[in-house]
Amino acid sequence: MTPRDLHPAAWWMWALGLTTAASSTINPFVLLLIILAVCLVVVARRTEAPWALSFRLYLYLAALVVVLRVMFRVVFGGADDTVVLFHLPSIPLPEVAAGIQLLGPVTRYDVVSGLYDGLRLATIILCVGAANTLANPKRLLKLLPSALYEAGTAVIVALSLFPQLAESVTRVRRARHLRGDAGRGVSAMRRIVVPVMEDALDRSLFLAAGMDARGYGRTGTATPAQRRVTGVFLLAGLIGLCIGVYGLLDHTTPRLLVWPMIGLGVLLAAGGFVSAGRRVARTRYRPDPWRLAEFVTVGCGVAAAVLVMTADIDIAYPALDVLPQLSVPVLLAVMIGVVPAFVTPPPVPAEELR
Amino acid sequence: MIELAGVSFRHDGAEHAVLRGVDLRIDEGELALVAGRTGSGKSTLLGMFNGLTPHFTGGTMTGNIVVGGRSVRDHAPRELADLVGYVGQDPLAGFVTDVVEDELAYGMEQLGIAPQTMRRRVEETLDLLGIADLRRRSVRSLSGGQQQRVAIGAVLTMHPRVLVLDEPTSALDPTAAEDVLATLARLVDDLGLTVVVAEHRMERVIPFADRLVIVENATVRSGDPREMLLTSPVAPPVVKLGRLLDWDPLPLSVREARRAARDLRLPDRVPATPPPAVPLLAARGVTVTYGKTIAVREVDIDVPAGRVVAMMGRNGSGKSSLLWALQGSGKRAAGRVEVDGRDPRDEPRGEARRLVGLVPQTAADLLYLETVGLECAAADQQAEVETGTCRDLLDRFAPGVPDDRHPRDLSEGQRLALVLAIVLTAAPRVVALDEPTRGLDYPGKRQLAATLRGLAADGRGIILATHDVEFVAAVADDALVLADGDVVSTGPAARVLAESPAFAPQVAKVLGPDWLTVDDVAEASA
Repeated sequence: MTPRDLHPAAWWMWALGLTTAASSTINPFVLLLIILAVCLVVVARRTEAPWALSFRLYLYLAALVVVLRVMFRVVFGGADDTVVLFHLPSIPLPEVAAGIQLLGPVTRYDVVSGLYDGLRLATIILCVGAANTLANPKRLLKLLPSALYEAGTAVIVALSLFPQLAESVTRVRRARHLRGDAGRGVSAMRRIVVPVMEDALDRSLFLAAGMDARGYGRTGTATPAQRRVTGVFLLAGLIGLCIGVYGLLDHTTPRLLVWPMIGLGVLLAAGGFVSAGRRVARTRYRPDPWRLAEFVTVGCGVAAAVLVMTADIDIAYPALDVLPQLSVPVLLAVMIGVVPAFVTPPPVPAEELR
Repeated sequence: MIELAGVSFRHDGAEHAVLRGVDLRIDEGELALVAGRTGSGKSTLLGMFNGLTPHFTGGTMTGNIVVGGRSVRDHAPRELADLVGYVGQDPLAGFVTDVVEDELAYGMEQLGIAPQTMRRRVEETLDLLGIADLRRRSVRSLSGGQQQRVAIGAVLTMHPRVLVLDEPTSALDPTAAEDVLATLARLVDDLGLTVVVAEHRMERVIPFADRLVIVENATVRSGDPREMLLTSPVAPPVVKLGRLLDWDPLPLSVREARRAARDLRLPDRVPATPPPAVPLLAARGVTVTYGKTIAVREVDIDVPAGRVVAMMGRNGSGKSSLLWALQGSGKRAAGRVEVDGRDPRDEPRGEARRLVGLVPQTAADLLYLETVGLECAAADQQAEVETGTCRDLLDRFAPGVPDDRHPRDLSEGQRLALVLAIVLTAAPRVVALDEPTRGLDYPGKRQLAATLRGLAADGRGIILATHDVEFVAAVADDALVLADGDVVSTGPAARVLAESPAFAPQVAKVLGPDWLTVDDVAEASA
């Protein structure tokens, strides 16, 4: 296959599919298999770009989450189980906190359920991390509807500000030593913050001037009537969404208000975006194409999610005192999840990117 | 193409107008060079051509400006983007995207140009500027010259009819600057653009400039470069030499000056004997590494008392790393530095700055208080010296800076003087300066040179890193050239400069290696 970058939205949908799969099971074997699948795809398809090097951080974070989760269960305990693994001295708490037990006997259920829970969270973190690693976040922002283009650019610029800020801070800290300034505390903070902020402000003004000179924020021609139409669409859409979400959360509301309202709201909002986007004359340079590989990737994510969601309850949520079992549909789900590692085009070779 | 009629501009709240009653006309296809002292209003004038002044900067403008038939009064900069391309001083600060190709396309996306046309123009522009091999590179990973060429390309893709450049080479080393200016010359020939450029390396642009615009005392005069240069307040060394020796016609390039100098008879020059080298700072085998990259490789360096040592080399050749390592607060992987038998790295910070004082590249990083007076008081306290020491030093370097002025409102030269005074409050034996001439105009540099010579005469050792060949010629006793972390050339400044064509000052190119500055010639012929 010709090397090219897969559409960022495809990676995100695939990752969200696996996330859905992970969140509908606590079976540790299924979760571990999903983690393996995600890691395999990342290793096969990540680039050498800066955002792609962060996957290791997600791995650390995931491991930390598992450890923390088990530790919480050990500290707060509370699971009813006859099998006590070991005893820890219990810390008595005042009356107010009755019902919470600190330390004390540590049961098998405590450890096992902490482990399952932590593993599930870790899997979700890794899925999101994989999407972030595989898809260029800036290209994803570029997919915003053209009515939101300006906001998207602002976010991109803000993102690129962080490395610059870090660099400024290092520079100013070094410079401070040249003054023999060994101060600590609030006044020392100020000595770093003031020059850094001045620097950042200067740069932002410079960038803003440059962007203005290059046509950022050029508005097309919109009549007042068109603007009013856009406004009405967006406002009505927002109201519809609010009613729908309220209905979703409050179970006493008639069901008729929930999904139809959300649907209507989304439609109206989309109409507003289209109407707002129409007045903006802007084009996109080399947009990422959406081809068969993208469809397959998204399909794999969806299929994996559906297969795990519809799996047997004994498989998805095994009892804590038996060894969890696997089933054919669940194994199939994981195998489908790995498919993008082989059917997607490889990323553009690193020596060209640098 | 560009027409200004009775244009005046005043910043909000300012007493005096920056520009008053300016009439100017630049015809289609011309290359106009804008010259003037720092703070004379050059940038304000350039900003007017695409409406950044006053639409973006604020302030009050009267009079009218018409560019390509459109009045700047009622068009914001973004609506002039298809007509005027604007390139600023610091290319990196102006990049919106992070990949070269996307950066070139950004402006076209704003204009709503069809995707096929965009693709074609990006390819054409990549070729035109010779940056096709950089297309997928991150803009941050490029060298300064490459970045500036990308910035120029990013406005060229919009097919503007006017190109405005505000000091496009001020942040670049000499080689990178050459690159950019050569590109510019080609654009004028190939595309027939109207180009307006403010540039302090005037000598590179003057040979193909059709018009010289001089901004002085809030007014603007313009005309044929040769005539205008006779009285211009800023002029490159060849022109000054020509003025000094009354050459007619006035030479505009080194080549013309050489021809005029053919019959010139100058007395034999006895090079001034530098003060004897009393060792003060001695560095041996200094190595600085960042991860696997070696920034400085086993460099030996001596800074004798009473001498000025200049360090040259392209951007990224290790100059700054070496200065920080000498000061003691920078990284040093190996080697010894000794000042008076003590290594600044092993001393506590307060003590290290009494051995070596460093003025960093962005000198303003040292400043954080609201007024000059407070900064000076803080410096006295930090150095544990008598109150008023810093203020006295400042008065010596830049007399008459008011105590209640905010450091940001100072001129570039005054700010540098303030930082130098703060560093010298601790009375360091050796003073190191990183790119001190950045942003200084000719008189500012002259002032700095006098300051540095004065410090050397006090028995201090001075070491400075700079790109500015003419400044080195005027101030340095010794020079060394760094390349890729190694010292490739070292010795008396006159010899080091004359040895390499890239570093030879203009006067030396015209009159031979004995003569470095116009002042040398003036002294000899007086």
